[in-house]
Amino acid sequence: MATVELKNIRKTYISEEIIKGVSLTIEDGEFVVFVGPSGCGKSTLLRMIAGLEDITDGDLLIDGRRVNDVGPADRGLAMVFQSYALYPHMNVYQNMEFALKLAKMPEAERRGKIEAVAKTLQLEPYLKHKPGQLSGGQRQRVAIGRAIVRNPKVFLFDEPLSNLDAALRGQMRVELATLHRRLEATTIYVTHDQIEAMTMADKIVVLQKGIIEQVGSPLELYHHPRNLFVARFIGAPPMNLLQAHVIAADEQGTRVKLVTGQSVTVAVEPRADLVGTSVTLGIRPEHVRLGTSDVNPGQGVVLLAEHLGALTHLHVRISDGHDIIIQTEGGDALTADAPVAFSFPPEHCHLFDQNGVAMPRKARRSLAA
Amino acid sequence: MAVKRSRGASIAIGSLGWIIALWIFFPLFWMFLTGFKSEVDAIATPPHLFFRPTLVSYAEVFERANYWHFALNTVLISVGATFVAILLSIPAAYAMAFLPGKRTKGTLLWMLSTRMLPPVGVLVPIYLIARDTHLLDTVVGLAIVDMLTNLPITVWMLYTFFREVPLPILEAGRMDGANRWQEITVVLLPLAVPGIASTALLSMILCWNEAFWSLNLTSSQAAPLTAFIASFSSPEGLFFGKLSAASTLAVAPILIFGWFSQKQLVRGLTFGAVK
Ligand SMILES: Nc1ncnc2c1ncn2[C@@H]1O[C@H](COP(=O)(O)OP(=O)(O)O)[C@@H](O)[C@H]1O
Ligand SMILES: [Mg+2]
Repeated sequence: MATVELKNIRKTYISEEIIKGVSLTIEDGEFVVFVGPSGCGKSTLLRMIAGLEDITDGDLLIDGRRVNDVGPADRGLAMVFQSYALYPHMNVYQNMEFALKLAKMPEAERRGKIEAVAKTLQLEPYLKHKPGQLSGGQRQRVAIGRAIVRNPKVFLFDEPLSNLDAALRGQMRVELATLHRRLEATTIYVTHDQIEAMTMADKIVVLQKGIIEQVGSPLELYHHPRNLFVARFIGAPPMNLLQAHVIAADEQGTRVKLVTGQSVTVAVEPRADLVGTSVTLGIRPEHVRLGTSDVNPGQGVVLLAEHLGALTHLHVRISDGHDIIIQTEGGDALTADAPVAFSFPPEHCHLFDQNGVAMPRKARRSLAA
Repeated sequence: MAVKRSRGASIAIGSLGWIIALWIFFPLFWMFLTGFKSEVDAIATPPHLFFRPTLVSYAEVFERANYWHFALNTVLISVGATFVAILLSIPAAYAMAFLPGKRTKGTLLWMLSTRMLPPVGVLVPIYLIARDTHLLDTVVGLAIVDMLTNLPITVWMLYTFFREVPLPILEAGRMDGANRWQEITVVLLPLAVPGIASTALLSMILCWNEAFWSLNLTSSQAAPLTAFIASFSSPEGLFFGKLSAASTLAVAPILIFGWFSQKQLVRGLTFGAVK
């Protein structure tokens, strides 16, 4: 098994810098997910690790050895492509055998390995089939099988589930996570889907425009987003963000007044220099409290109630004309046009300064939820 | 993309197709008929539609020239030139399709533009080079020239076919440990077989029908079928019966060959246009 280390990695295509200095350490056996919007450079970064793209600048270390100039085959990595990239002219068995054959593994040993992997992936009935005769989910399994038989140091996945329908995607997510627990292999997984990132990762790397915005465990990112970008990107439905004014900063924290007229004291490190400036207050939909228990609750009208069964998402237009989302229980009877009162519990509020950087909390939440 | 056409438009397009096909086919058909006419019937105006078929022209053609000698030369030249052209085109097309640089597009266009030059423009230098390298009137010499004139077309066609092969499949091969040679021979080529076959087919046909260089660079030893036809058009004036019989003999093999492989050829030539 292996560690992967990126030291100030850069990539320039012609004149445009796509990856702008990425440094990251991936521990042995870790499941790391690169997540970010389309075009942010996730694939480019993964392909540089794979050896399919040259590294313009910086060092890539696998197990402590610099591999910038080592070819893809000699890095000991296996990759699963978004399009699966199976060899169309070879059957399932031959697809999995190809790398082993090139590595000059004896026939009997090859057969043993392939049969074992085919068994775990339930591919045994299809070994003689060509990829064209398989369904999307089966092709996906073959692509994974082709990676597993090689017993690689690191598994690389580039959006492997994005060509599958929603139901299959959910199922494959579970299978991949289970497989990772069993193999305990270092894995780097690229996706633009934050749900995949949240459910599978040990460590999430949020990328935007070729730079790392934040690295952390799923819950770390969820509860302590370092900036507005991460706050918006992680979590569905997304965090509510509202404009606010800092009216005081003292021992208690920072007191802000929202455009709706409510004021909240958030327990972040007080910064006197921010008094009078505008900041952004963020609160997740499930943390907004409904009802009039607060001294000065906010007022709004339900625009739409999405009843998901277990949960309800209320889209509420608040007094200043903004919309927020409030998550309540599934049994919630509220419907469109109902007036609601709500409040923002200070312990759940995030504050971001004018640059979109989160103001540090005085006390961190316990992440073990 | 499927275009939905009205019934009227379908009929119109269908008829147009037939008219063009007949237009192209008619001269061949007429040549075929004329080969079985006596010389008198052959030059009759207005032409005789009904006549007594005779094998006289064929007999005379076989008597006067060694058909098999010319046919063998044509086969050797076509197959040889095509084989080498494909062999050289594969790495060229691979590089252009999968490792394009700033000048790839320009190079491709430049290569094609050499086909726009009238061959006679380079007749003298090529003739002199062939003479000085003792390749005049040799199968090898004509095969080299045919191969070079077809190279732009074979590279272009293979380039187009290779571009249809998804890059991730080749990259998967690289990840699996294939070196460049294995990537091309074990991963790429098996996927491009239909494209390579139609490219080879087209090259064969072009070589088979090539007349300009054949007539100028060969005389007897290496003369192919195009020279064989030409030998019936000259000194004693035109004898259309014999000329037609000779032409029919010259084009028959490639026509039959083309007929059997037309599916491949159509698929190849319309690749990308029909999906
Ligand atoms: N071969 C290339 N040449 C030039 N630009 C490229 C190339 N490959 C990717 N890019 C650019 O790099 C950026 C990042 O691409 P990519 O890594 O594929 O993003 P992601 O996988 O996050 O969607 C995009 O803006 C894309 O246009
Ligand atoms: Mg991508």
